[in-house]
Amino acid sequence: MMDVLQITNAWVGQGRKVALATVVETWGSAPQPVGSQLVVDADGNFMGAVSGGCVEGDVISTAVDIINTGIPRILEFGVADETAWRVGLACGGRIKIYIEAVA
Amino acid sequence: MTPEILAEISAARKKRMAVALITDMKTGAQQIVHPDDVRGHALSADLEKGFRFDKSAMVGDHFVAVYNPPLRLVIIGAVLIAQSVIPLAQACGFDVTVIDPRGAFATGARFPDVSLHADWPQDVLPKLGLDARTGFMALTHDPKIDDPALDLALKSHAFYIGALGSKKTQSARRERLSALGFDDVALSRVRGPIGLNIGAVGSAEIAVSIMAEMIKALRLGFE
Repeated sequence: MMDVLQITNAWVGQGRKVALATVVETWGSAPQPVGSQLVVDADGNFMGAVSGGCVEGDVISTAVDIINTGIPRILEFGVADETAWRVGLACGGRIKIYIEAVA
Repeated sequence: MTPEILAEISAARKKRMAVALITDMKTGAQQIVHPDDVRGHALSADLEKGFRFDKSAMVGDHFVAVYNPPLRLVIIGAVLIAQSVIPLAQACGFDVTVIDPRGAFATGARFPDVSLHADWPQDVLPKLGLDARTGFMALTHDPKIDDPALDLALKSHAFYIGALGSKKTQSARRERLSALGFDDVALSRVRGPIGLNIGAVGSAEIAVSIMAEMIKALRLGFE
């Protein structure tokens, strides 16, 4: 099983600038449990998952911004959310994701 | 998250030590909490629950992320059912250790991707330290090998203890273990016949039923 935190630590050790996204709340059906993590570097390379692939695109582009700004953000995706519907959380659940830079 | 906090959590995981990370979602401030520091902490009840059930959760404005050590499965018996259980266990995130004093069974060719010990369980288990993140299975059918291992497993914090064998085998085993001084409460920790009853046929399906029982014990505790 993938240990995203160890990967993050290894990437930081290589001098890469990274951000860590963590699922902090879920409602209804959600493919990845609370605590699931995804690490992103400044080039958009990523490991891990915060959904079944539905919102990763949005999370990655936001994470790259956060690597530059250093300001953590909370993203929420769900069926009631126009934006989320566009990126497609088709399982019908709702998830809240905390994204922070490692710096 | 600072690189220092990341490195500290990372080091704890390598040492099989549990830690929790509390993040204030309003400010981004973070604090590492070790299980020994839970008592007296403002979020002690939530931290305790988190460590026990391996669950991260929001508590008010704080996110409590639980980083428990990797799960571990110790199997006594380098037998066919062990070979079927191992890939399922590994897919579920378990580090697997196999112990069997019979050198013909415990070969690297038969068990390539595990920590393998061709020794008696009573010689190996004390060195491993069976903690609350460890599941245990006695699969040899041979009391000479299984019983001393079960004796040690029952004295440990292993979250799951399963023993292969029919109902008749189980009741004979129960008597032998009870002669070692274990009471009914202690003996009720031994799951046997091993596995959930899903009508499993053959070693692969039995492996599914055993894994289901172990995951149930991990996630729901014993009822």
